Amino acid sequence: MNSRLHNLRKVLRTAPPTAWFGMGVIAIILLSGLFAPLVAPYGETEVVGAPGLPIGSEFLLGTDQIGRDVLTRVIFGARNTVGIAFLTTALAFTLGTVFGLLAAVLGGWTDQGLSRIVDILMAIPPLIFALLILTITGTSIFNMVVVIAVLESTRVFRLTRAVGMNVGVLDFVEVAKLRGEGLWWIIRHEILPNIAAPLAAEFGLRFCFVFLFISALSFLGLGIQPPTADWGSMVRESATLISFGLPTPLVPAAAIALLTVSVNFVVDWFLHQASGLKE
Amino acid sequence: MSASANRSGNGNSRKGELLLEMKGLRIEGRAEEQWLEIVHGVDLKLHRGEVLGLIGESGAGKSTIGLAALGFARDGCRLSGGEIWFDGIDLMKASEEKRRRLRGSRIAYVAQSAAAAFNPAHRLIDQYVEAPVYHDLMSESEAAAAAKDLYERLHLPEPKTIGFRYPHQVSGGQLQRAMVAMAMAGRPDLIVFDEPTTALDVTTQIEVMAAIKDIVEQFDTAAIYVTHDLAVVAQMADRIMVMRNGDLVEEGSTRGMLAEPQAEYTRALLAVRQLQKDASAPEPDARPILRVDHVTAAYGDVEVLSDITFEVPRKRTVAVVGESGSGKSTAARVITGLLPPRAGRIIYDGNELPADYRHRSRDQLRRTQMINQMPDTALNPKHRVRDVIGRPLEFYLDYDGKERDARIRELLEQIELEPGQFIDRLTTELSGGQKQRICIARALAAEPELIICDEVTSALDQLVGEGILRLLIRLQEELGLSYMFITHDLATVRAIADEVVVMKNGRIVEAGPKDDIFTPPHDDYTDLLLSSVPEMDPDWLDRLLAERGEQLRDRGI
Repeated sequence: MNSRLHNLRKVLRTAPPTAWFGMGVIAIILLSGLFAPLVAPYGETEVVGAPGLPIGSEFLLGTDQIGRDVLTRVIFGARNTVGIAFLTTALAFTLGTVFGLLAAVLGGWTDQGLSRIVDILMAIPPLIFALLILTITGTSIFNMVVVIAVLESTRVFRLTRAVGMNVGVLDFVEVAKLRGEGLWWIIRHEILPNIAAPLAAEFGLRFCFVFLFISALSFLGLGIQPPTADWGSMVRESATLISFGLPTPLVPAAAIALLTVSVNFVVDWFLHQASGLKE
Repeated sequence: MSASANRSGNGNSRKGELLLEMKGLRIEGRAEEQWLEIVHGVDLKLHRGEVLGLIGESGAGKSTIGLAALGFARDGCRLSGGEIWFDGIDLMKASEEKRRRLRGSRIAYVAQSAAAAFNPAHRLIDQYVEAPVYHDLMSESEAAAAAKDLYERLHLPEPKTIGFRYPHQVSGGQLQRAMVAMAMAGRPDLIVFDEPTTALDVTTQIEVMAAIKDIVEQFDTAAIYVTHDLAVVAQMADRIMVMRNGDLVEEGSTRGMLAEPQAEYTRALLAVRQLQKDASAPEPDARPILRVDHVTAAYGDVEVLSDITFEVPRKRTVAVVGESGSGKSTAARVITGLLPPRAGRIIYDGNELPADYRHRSRDQLRRTQMINQMPDTALNPKHRVRDVIGRPLEFYLDYDGKERDARIRELLEQIELEPGQFIDRLTTELSGGQKQRICIARALAAEPELIICDEVTSALDQLVGEGILRLLIRLQEELGLSYMFITHDLATVRAIADEVVVMKNGRIVEAGPKDDIFTPPHDDYTDLLLSSVPEMDPDWLDRLLAERGEQLRDRGI
């Protein structure tokens, strides 16, 4: 364990400033999200002043269209949006890696069947597909999580299948097969450890897309429903304020952009490490 | 052609003049964020028309020095000290543009793998004309005519038209010769050959060696010949430099060094192919451990094994010999059950085995173990030695906890690796030879009766490979193992086999006890294989070519 900690420290020392920036921002967002009730100055849905107060008045980031404190809403929004995005990404990854590895290791008809289903899912623009399904099934957080997870898992499936196949043809996998090892043992012990790095990098990237997806759905009114604070719906609800010269909707939008950029910084660095590129 | 005649004429008149000189050359390589010196101040002199052999194991720095003769360092390497003078030009100080002008016109390079060095999307002749046209040495049509002339001199079949083929349409040996032609295109003063025959079969190696030797003499070109095989370099070089770990070990004329090696290390290299085990006859009345019975196998519609029958006697070694494509590795895949045969049976100790490994019982799988050619890919890079050897122990034999640990240590001792030092290492923290030993330990852990060894030494340096062979012989004596040994290297056969099966194009050409196979009369193909193995005698190639003479010309070699 000690050597692992030492390795981690060694790797961290090579991190470029962009990665440090990214990790810092992610840490702040995660912490403030986790401890939202302690950090936020007011309650999540509490009306604290006049609607549409500007930035820097009594309230640090102003108030929204019905007079709730924007800073508070952004902090609670981190909790809801990021939390749900994380859950969705985790689900998408579970689906994608399991099926991707099955396709890679079993090959043949399993691979053909799964790959064609994924092709069909990928052929339809995801946002339209999600809108369609959510309109039919009704909007709830559960439905939204499942729909986005299934749609995003297709990308994870393709990546896992590709890298899994590269590892699957190596001699040590053949040795394990000839030893008589079962399918799950081979996947778990021989293949998964060797594709963990690209999958971890993909997780970061996928998280961004899921996050933007949720924000987009919320903006369209099919995602997280009011009065729950969420960055996407905050942009939509306060959008009209911008025509009065108020920057209020830009605050949650900036939060979305900041988190996306930060995650990408970290992922970029991580991918660099994983692929062994030097410069 | 006239230009080239002039050039070689000039070369003749200046023969013996110093062409390339390296003084205290130092090269550094980047590893783990820091620069480590990999060549420690080497001096090298090469005269016009001279062939210098650079020899050593992997990591000796021989290829790196070869490339330095072009003023070039691989990615992640840099020329950090010393001087490189080529015909009065300081290559270390010359501009990149100036060096580019030299490369391909006055200094050329022939890489180890022609298949990887040619662009598969262009025809051979298009790739040939590129360099001479780029360097303004000749026009495209002149270059094409020169190419055909060179193809003929290199004894390529159909020299007038072979250039219009794509790289995948010619054989490996032909491709390597086409690359030599390409290097010759600008009639360079110096060619660097980087292991040009290592990836080839012995019979093909002869073609390429003869062609290189011939063409270098015809044009009186100076050459640096990099290889790990002393027997090969003995045929090619006037002078040999033995390298080890970035240092020069010994330097001298080829004949002098072969007759009287000075350094201990050179003597070890010279002795490397001498290992020989006395063949034993099978135990009388013992049932053979394995019988391959009239097996025919195919990949898709291509038949790769046709009606193969042979036996592996108990506690003996059968070597299966042949060139690449002879079906010897396929035979191993059929026996292990990875490729179920079209027809025929695999009989293990009197009982027929299910054709597909998935239908074999755990005990049937345990009894036959396999050791692969590439130890690098045969070990999971994320596993530790403990996991690698421990898994078959718990999987087959229900070892657990302390017992398992003790058995792993015992196995490590058996393969001559210090248990305390190796048991917790990742497989990536081992050298090639150590990895192969771990593969052997993994096979032994299953307590098998038969081990199939698929070219187990071909990816290793000769000295290291010899250590592996000695280990395998010792283990056979101690544990009563039977081996099926797949190899293309006849020195390995001599070292380890009791019986030999010679294969060609999916058929068995000849089979029998080792001594019978190695004593004449042979089958024609066996004869070709046997006579093609390079010997540590500088006159061997000339003598062989003279003997084969007309016969070889007829085959287009």
